[in-house]
Amino acid sequence: MTVRYTKDHEWVRMDGDVAVVGITAHAAEQLGDVVFVELPSKGASFKQHADMAVVESVKAASDVFAPISGEIVDVNTAIVDDPARVNADPAGEAWFVKMKPADPAEFDGLMDEAAYNAFTENA
Amino acid sequence: MSTKPNTPLKRTALHGLHLSLGAKMVEFAGYDMPVQYADGVLKEHLHTRAKAGLFDVSHMGQAFLRTRQSPMGGEDAHIAVAGAIEMLVPAEIRKLKKGGQRYSVFLNDKGGVLDDLMISRPLEDDRQGELFLVVNAAMKDQDFALIRKMLGDRVELQVADDRSLIALQGPSAAEILEEIVPGVSAQTFMTMRRYDWGGAGLIVTRSGYTGEDGFEISVPNKRADEFAKKLLAHPDVAPIGLGARDSLRLEAGLCLYGHDLNSQISPVEGNIAFAIGKRRREEGGFPGAERIIRELKEGPKRLRVGIRPEGRAPAREGVEILSAAGDKIGEITSGGFGPTVNGPVAMGYVPAEYSKTGTKVQLMVRGKALPAEIVDMPVVPHRYYRG
Repeated sequence: MTVRYTKDHEWVRMDGDVAVVGITAHAAEQLGDVVFVELPSKGASFKQHADMAVVESVKAASDVFAPISGEIVDVNTAIVDDPARVNADPAGEAWFVKMKPADPAEFDGLMDEAAYNAFTENA
Repeated sequence: MSTKPNTPLKRTALHGLHLSLGAKMVEFAGYDMPVQYADGVLKEHLHTRAKAGLFDVSHMGQAFLRTRQSPMGGEDAHIAVAGAIEMLVPAEIRKLKKGGQRYSVFLNDKGGVLDDLMISRPLEDDRQGELFLVVNAAMKDQDFALIRKMLGDRVELQVADDRSLIALQGPSAAEILEEIVPGVSAQTFMTMRRYDWGGAGLIVTRSGYTGEDGFEISVPNKRADEFAKKLLAHPDVAPIGLGARDSLRLEAGLCLYGHDLNSQISPVEGNIAFAIGKRRREEGGFPGAERIIRELKEGPKRLRVGIRPEGRAPAREGVEILSAAGDKIGEITSGGFGPTVNGPVAMGYVPAEYSKTGTKVQLMVRGKALPAEIVDMPVVPHRYYRG
């Protein structure tokens, strides 16, 4: 399954024609213990790079940006109820939102895993 | 994430130890300090409340103040050095017991707080005339300059940058420290005693910045690493970074200078009027006495209060406080997530008429007005050892 990454440390995985979005293990590690998550409403639409969610650790608040343009078709309320899940399984169970992509080309323009790993190592 | 300043960061004597313990290091008050270790802020916070946490607070300023007006030793010498420091702080130092410690503040002429500090009087007769001060890292140069300028002809200031400061905080702290420094568990809250630890002179106060029972131990730099490792060898002691230090003091309702206190805010507004001695309230004779005594009588116009947001969203420093009717009434000065209360905790300033416990307010977080309530501080009860 192809996963793509952004410079803001979100990941996107295409699941059929739906894009599943979360934050990377690197981002979760940098944030530290996540204590609060705010997600957008179902049906809301975002342009690529727009802030769509908030994740807060004990230390600080961070925006989560839309990695691609599209409409929110589902949100993971489990991480709102139990924010610690974001640290436990950021790449899997603790996905943030599912989106209907507006422009498939945006997904292809994101970094692949090798490029993202190189990016975080050099950051 | 963080930008590197141009001047090289200062290091404490425990810098190498922090790195070996896997600390994440950040700049704080010009020092390269551990913000957290491998366990992370949440676990470090909870560990301190459950057992004992070790904090490197060597970046703080330690100093000895000694009278020039009277030979050292005896009551006259104490009265002389106390009279000098009382020119700058509103605390009762003259009648402070031998071996006692006081929390107070340096004041400017307008009654604003220049820094908060701890002042200790030695127990030993031959040390009377000396006071031991601990001040904030970010303010220490300014504090020491103020003392030299205002009191230079009356006192000698010896900055103790040859000493490290290690805090051991939590319910197990006394039992653990007693094994290494016999006698400390008999000390009560806000006392200072000197001990010999294998030839090293320790100055131990039973106080701290977490709301828990605990100690701050001043140890010569040369022996600091050895002393810290000795404590860390105990299975119930974990190293704790600045992140948890901040969340612990927030739950304990304790001020962070530069955030909850500054040169505009009086100690009465800051809700730390206990830092003003009873005799001093009658006599005055400290900077800004007119304003402070008036505020004590009439009540301050604004007051630092505890605030609990009703939802899960933390309200951090700078967040606007609105009345229930929607008018802007103040600002959060410290806020975040409190691991022990398992929810957001904050403090801030509101006009006196909104400061009553139970008053409903709103907090503007990311453009949304979230419901919150004025609460008593501390939100986690203090557990000091008073004997």
